[in-house]
Amino acid sequence: MFNKILIANRGEIACRIIRSAKRMGITTVAVYSEADADALHVQLADEAVAIGPAASAESYLVIEKIVQACKDSGAQAVHPGFGFLSENAAFVKALDEADIVFIGPPTLAIGAMGDKIESKRLAADANVSTVPGHMDLIEDAEEAVKISGEIGYPVMIKASAGGGGKGMRVAWNEEEARDGFRSARSEARTSFGDERIFIEKFVEEPRHIEIQVLADKHGNTLHLGERECSIQRRHQKVIEEAPSPFLDEETRQAMGAQAVALAQAVDYCSAGTVEFIVDKSRNFYFLEMNTRIQVEHPVTEMITGLDLVEWMIRIAAGEKLDFGQADVKLKGWAMESRVYAEDPLRSFLPSIGRLVKYNEPEVSANVRIDSGVEEGSEITMFYDPMIAKLVTYGADRGAALKEMQAALDAFHIRGINHNMGFLAAVMAKQRFRDGRLTTNFIAEEFPDGFKGGDPDESQRRTIAAAAATAQHIIAEREAESVAWDDLEVEVLAEEWVVCVGTDHTAVSVCTGMASYDVGIDGGRVMLETDWVPGEALFTGLIDGEPVTVQIDRVGPRLSLTHAGVTLDALVLRPHVAALNAVMPIKAPPDLSKFLLSPMPGLLVSLAVEVGQSVKSGEELAVVEAMKMENLLRAQQDGVVAAIKAAPGESLSVDQIIMEFE
Amino acid sequence: MQDIIRKLESKRDAARNGGGQRRVDAQHAKGKLTARERLEILLDPGSFEEWDMFVEHRCGDFGMNDQRVPSDGVVTGHGTINGRLVFVFSQDFTVFGGSLSESHAEKICKVMDKALQVGAPVIGLNDSGGARIQEGVASLAGYAEVFQRNVLASGVVPQISMIMGPCAGGAVYSPAMTDYIFMVKDSSYMFVTGPDVVKTVTHESVTAEELGGATTHTTKSGVADLAFENDVEALLELRRFMDFLPGSNRDEVPVRPTADPADRQEPSLDSLVPANPNKPYDMKELIQKVVDEGDFFEIQPGYAGNILVGFGRMEGRTIGIVANQPMVLAGCLDIDSSKKAARFVRFCDCFNIPILTFVDVPGFLPGTSQEYNGIIKHGAKLLFAYAEATVPKVTVITRKAYGGAYDVMSSKHLRGDVNYAWPTAEIAVMGPKGAVEIIFRGDIGDSEKIEARTEEYRQKFANPFVAASRGFIDDVIMPHGTRRRVAKALRMLRNKELENPWKKHDNLPL
Repeated sequence: MFNKILIANRGEIACRIIRSAKRMGITTVAVYSEADADALHVQLADEAVAIGPAASAESYLVIEKIVQACKDSGAQAVHPGFGFLSENAAFVKALDEADIVFIGPPTLAIGAMGDKIESKRLAADANVSTVPGHMDLIEDAEEAVKISGEIGYPVMIKASAGGGGKGMRVAWNEEEARDGFRSARSEARTSFGDERIFIEKFVEEPRHIEIQVLADKHGNTLHLGERECSIQRRHQKVIEEAPSPFLDEETRQAMGAQAVALAQAVDYCSAGTVEFIVDKSRNFYFLEMNTRIQVEHPVTEMITGLDLVEWMIRIAAGEKLDFGQADVKLKGWAMESRVYAEDPLRSFLPSIGRLVKYNEPEVSANVRIDSGVEEGSEITMFYDPMIAKLVTYGADRGAALKEMQAALDAFHIRGINHNMGFLAAVMAKQRFRDGRLTTNFIAEEFPDGFKGGDPDESQRRTIAAAAATAQHIIAEREAESVAWDDLEVEVLAEEWVVCVGTDHTAVSVCTGMASYDVGIDGGRVMLETDWVPGEALFTGLIDGEPVTVQIDRVGPRLSLTHAGVTLDALVLRPHVAALNAVMPIKAPPDLSKFLLSPMPGLLVSLAVEVGQSVKSGEELAVVEAMKMENLLRAQQDGVVAAIKAAPGESLSVDQIIMEFE
Repeated sequence: MQDIIRKLESKRDAARNGGGQRRVDAQHAKGKLTARERLEILLDPGSFEEWDMFVEHRCGDFGMNDQRVPSDGVVTGHGTINGRLVFVFSQDFTVFGGSLSESHAEKICKVMDKALQVGAPVIGLNDSGGARIQEGVASLAGYAEVFQRNVLASGVVPQISMIMGPCAGGAVYSPAMTDYIFMVKDSSYMFVTGPDVVKTVTHESVTAEELGGATTHTTKSGVADLAFENDVEALLELRRFMDFLPGSNRDEVPVRPTADPADRQEPSLDSLVPANPNKPYDMKELIQKVVDEGDFFEIQPGYAGNILVGFGRMEGRTIGIVANQPMVLAGCLDIDSSKKAARFVRFCDCFNIPILTFVDVPGFLPGTSQEYNGIIKHGAKLLFAYAEATVPKVTVITRKAYGGAYDVMSSKHLRGDVNYAWPTAEIAVMGPKGAVEIIFRGDIGDSEKIEARTEEYRQKFANPFVAASRGFIDDVIMPHGTRRRVAKALRMLRNKELENPWKKHDNLPL
């Protein structure tokens, strides 16, 4: 076994690898860019080596720097994590030459699986089912019809150089195949200047299901069941689970056998993943093989009880798998949510900044969190915006889902925007609960993008009960600080009205011995909580059911987050609520037409021109004040109508820099 | 007897009806509550003791004899907010437009006089068309009586003005002399001369909202301290605000029980100050992580954002916080921020509220507009205020403390009681680069030499040790322990006694 390994990565995966290595008694070496000097993975590792500027192309992706860091630190092996150099054959070669072990598969496997055409050929040779298709040049429409007939409808007609849906047509019959070929070819010519077209089977209701394989250097290759990763947004996986709610045992074994066959065909060792696309009739087709640890590997670990990173290290050190395929038992259900720093309400634009508040849900046998940040960490634009992976486990899918929803409620992040509201909204969909997933799930269920979650009646009641009880506790505390108690003043109210917009809910709260008796919607519930004012998480039991609501105090309001939804509530006494009804409903002021300078300073640069359309969050201008550069961003989508200031100009506060149409 | 009681009831009903249902409806239609409705929200239920309900005006001219409404356009008395005594007057716009008559003024004076005697705050809810013109000079006299009391009460009991409707002409000067002015957005305005006069005299076209609305006064003029969305939110926040204030200068600060431990560590503060000295960070995060429960009641958030002022609590006790904000103008001091902070410091000193100061100040803002507008005298106000203050003063330097601005910001030399510095603190006459360019003027052409000198200067002065070696800094503390250290300092200072020499009053550089 190694004494010391280097982790050529950052963020959560680096932290996760360091933890396994430490448990195995191996000394760990982290590498870090300038932007990561204070990062968590650097703190966790036994040693750390600086490898250059923030940009990954100048640090984490530079092979020589990683090799040098190994030499300098005396690391015997390198775990590459995922991304960066994890599937780079040249990197493995460089390590070989320096006599450093790469914790991963051999170069040959990386090279073979890294090439799309080559990997498909190898898969076909190993009798792995691939999407039926015709890869050679197609002469004309008639040939296209002939080929389509051979493949079997429906078929997908694609531009060879295509991408982003351009030059793509689905044909369900001969006529559509003929028309589709012609239009796809002309589109390919105009869009890419390359009119090569190929045809393949169109997969209906496609699901992304992948098989985890594990192989040692002694010829033992196993599969560890599947993961379903169909919930994707623009090819980015969002929620993964294991097992898949769709596979039957027969399909699972068939897929597993093919995955193992493919791994053996390339003399694979270490952990790897064979990705399949599965259609509505459980036909599965090989997509590609990832020759590294996957982001979503924890769900497999949860249901197999194995530590994949540990096995990668042991295999790299030459150890033998000490169990066989028959020993691999899938137990229970695991689900993973990827928590991203992004703003789902603004077309998922990345959100950067400081994690002003960061508190993870409590870890338990059923809740695991892989993260690489802590409160005060900076989310920068240099790296992947994933903050953490939240993994939950349960005896069955329903139980894992319930744990996930509870954990999301308790995950407290402030300072940047994140996607937890969106994750909760996905999980709230009946279709998700039913397990009817496809890779189009998000596009189909959120056709107009994400506009924020919509709590159901029971969630609304939970929020109202928590809001009223929190306000009641605040009022009780205020009563404690009464300066003179000889006045007979009714400080404590039992009746409250929770006002969310024009929606008023009457709630009565009565302090009992160990709980609060809460009357709401004509019913009564027992609410047990030891919440005190100022705490971010209102946790407790409502009629014995655990519940967590995040509470932020914003002026007179309570901002309540639960089930992915944030509601701003005024919790008022009834006589105040009655008067509140008189208050006018004000339209938000329209400042969207102008970009104002937020401070006196120098206009350094403009990023847009008159007539240009801008998207919300896009950079508009840079204003320098007191030698500090401040980036001004678009608050919403629009078109620049006029620019009122020139670079180099001194601006006063609130001076108009540009106007929008 | 029965007769009298019936008469009493009918008078009470008349008073409660104010200007009648039609005017009440009109008030509601404007999104405004009536004088009594406002007090129902402001005061603890059942606590209001009304005075002078039967007072009527004494004017016989211009048909006023036929128009008498008990209370005469202002509801006065006392009540409690979370059990603590306050005196209130609430002008009733439904009665003669809330205009101020001689008797209306007398009612206000009565509560002010009593408040001063018993030591309790005075809260005015202003909603008045102005002077009762029918009464002429009697009304003007009424204003002056109120002004005189505002001045005598200043620094003795807190005086708060909530502007909830018009407040124009001479009427503005009573709120102007109170400690805090709050306004309601879209339904209140304050100006000395209204849009019509402005139009006639200067030919400027301006709406009442633009000229003196809540947004104008909380962002442009700095006249008002806070703006609220509507009457209900304004009054709820006023209740929360009053919880911070002592009843008078004879009282200690109120104490609110809290479960927040005084020794709470905040590891994330260790990474608050960025490695790059020119990169800003949000000072509000520090304040919120130091005070009890993250509860920081900020004053004037929309004005002179380069300095933050407001109230918080440590171990349940009210403190005033002043902090440079690197996010705005790099946190430098200018005219507006000096005035804003000076007034706040003086308020705290009046009412025995300890002052916690967080310092990250690169200096005073340069420029002709600053000099022409008198930064010398305005900057001196803050210096004066800190130097004069005898309340406990705890200071934490987080990063830059350069030049004269270092002296100003509650330094040891201005009787700072406990002065701490974070390891990132740089206490010097100016930044290393500027300093080297002056000291080694001859080498300016030689960038290599300048760089070496700059590094030398940085090594020497860009740290807390030079100041600490002279005792100007009591200790260098770790950011994560700031709350604990500040709490301990404030606890130690609880019985601090310090008096300035006797004087009639000082002569602040106005």
